[in-house]
Amino acid sequence: MIRFLGQRLVTIPFVALGVVTILFFIFKAVPGDPAALAAGATATQAEIEATRVRLGLDQPLVVQYVNHVLGVFVGDFGYSTTFRGNPLPHILARVPATLELAGAAIALTILVGIPAGIAAASAHNRWPDVAISLTVIGLLAVPNFWIGMLLIAFLSVQWGLLPSFGNAGPLALVIPSLALAARLIALVARMTRGIVIEELRKDYVRTARAKGMRRGAILVRHVLRNVMIPTVTIIGLQTGYLLGGSVVIERLSAWPGIGDLLLTGVSNRDFALVQGITLVFVVGFLLINLIVEVLYRFINPRLRYA
Amino acid sequence: MSRVLDIEGLTVGFETGGRRFDAVREVDLALDGGEVLALVGESGSGKSVTALAVMGLLPEVAEITAGTIRFEDRDLARLGEAEMAAVRGARIGLIFQEPMTSLNPTMRVGPQVAEVLRLHKRAGAAAARRAVEELFALVRIPDPAARYDDFPHQMSGGMRQRVVIALALACRPALLIADEPTTALDVTTQAQILELFRDLQREIGQATILITHDLAVVAETAHRVAVMYAGRIVEESASEALFAGALHPYTRGLLRSIPVVRTGPAAGHPRRLVEIPGTVPPPWDLPQGCAFAPRCPRASARCRAERPPLMPFDGGRRAACWHPHVEREDAA
Repeated sequence: MIRFLGQRLVTIPFVALGVVTILFFIFKAVPGDPAALAAGATATQAEIEATRVRLGLDQPLVVQYVNHVLGVFVGDFGYSTTFRGNPLPHILARVPATLELAGAAIALTILVGIPAGIAAASAHNRWPDVAISLTVIGLLAVPNFWIGMLLIAFLSVQWGLLPSFGNAGPLALVIPSLALAARLIALVARMTRGIVIEELRKDYVRTARAKGMRRGAILVRHVLRNVMIPTVTIIGLQTGYLLGGSVVIERLSAWPGIGDLLLTGVSNRDFALVQGITLVFVVGFLLINLIVEVLYRFINPRLRYA
Repeated sequence: MSRVLDIEGLTVGFETGGRRFDAVREVDLALDGGEVLALVGESGSGKSVTALAVMGLLPEVAEITAGTIRFEDRDLARLGEAEMAAVRGARIGLIFQEPMTSLNPTMRVGPQVAEVLRLHKRAGAAAARRAVEELFALVRIPDPAARYDDFPHQMSGGMRQRVVIALALACRPALLIADEPTTALDVTTQAQILELFRDLQREIGQATILITHDLAVVAETAHRVAVMYAGRIVEESASEALFAGALHPYTRGLLRSIPVVRTGPAAGHPRRLVEIPGTVPPPWDLPQGCAFAPRCPRASARCRAERPPLMPFDGGRRAACWHPHVEREDAA
């Protein structure tokens, strides 16, 4: 396990280097003069040229690239026009809010999606199964921001039950995390349903029945363990979607996370900020995948001694 | 000896894909304490369905449409799910064909066996563990205390089947049903498991239904044999009598299709293996008369028109055939 963790952790800086490189050249190809943007709309030509020299943008491309990479690895993400300096501290300050939102969404997914899938599977082709499956299809067909808007329209505007924006207190978390998790809940419910139906046909379930165990006990004690293996993988893979979804949902409910900050960066044409946030997203995604792999080994005994 | 199981007129109906048919028809079977009865037949003959009906584990598309299954003063065919669950594992043990898949891959093997003791015997954790280690020793699993914490994938097929046997015998059931217990194992392991079976039979003395298509297994293990064809019992007799001279042409055909290695002074040319021509008819499309008639070398016009009932013969034998391999006064 320690060796496995070590191997995976070592690869993360290399993936990060690749991402930094790709982002650097993409933003070099984007039209627009970063020196003019950094100097401001009212700057004279002389001021723009002075800014260009100050930011090192007059250097050859290779020199700029090497300086950029070295900078990133010591925590200097370049000159953000929004923050008039290194955007890293501002990005990191917003990470906890996004983690809170994503964590709540994953918790909702596990607490709602998995039981819904199991309920549908154990009522296979009867009305609870049909009701759950129709809901799932509905949730999968609708974009998350629309669900968010509906939730705000009814839960806060119409009925005044919950705050519609900001992150003051746990109640404010409900609408954005529901909107963010809706699609994932539906996906996990559908996958879990299929997996449980498949598992229920397996020989070990028949053995458990031959032992005299009741259906409910078999589900909890035998089937659930086997269902968790593929389900954890699905949830892990979908966290990428979760991070992407947070961009829209955070803006929708004014949640002060990095997704919201990314949109600010894009609308300000703040290259350094967008590059920095993208890198944080990528590293976050890699770390989540690592956690999933560790969990996977924990749940699946067949991998533990491999 | 006391009667353990008495099946009378058991008929199991299936309904799938808009078709209705009977997979088991009017089966009568009786089993005494300590007796090993082999249920023999090709795939689709209804032998496994008969066993599942006794266990109350028929698939949802199947149901018992007629007959009684008397076991310990109750009719299992009429028991509800809760009462049946109390019988399963406690009074009737079941061993399946596939040792590779019949254990839960994510649970250690010891707790999987302990579960049945905790369920039916209300055993505590420590007592259950001790009992399981004794059971593992009983089924000749070396180093039982260490194997208790193994996962199924850490064991060989033979060891897993021993675990399944321990599981089935854990509550000392009055009846053990073994559905092709050695089919999925390699030949050496098969021999070991069969030997274990015979030893356990002597030590514990439970009645056993052994379901198999392998007559070599029958010869080594069973006291009595019932041969099934297309959902019905076509012949039933003591093991030795069957191997000495079967009454039904189908049984003769089965016996000719297994290889026998003869050794010693009587060894001569190896006998030619003969297969039975044709295939088992599907249960929804049975011929009007004897179901075996289309494949039978002795079939007559009567066989094709009129189904033979299961008739008694001397020596307590029964056979459903108009032209059995025996001279009978009333036989035509």
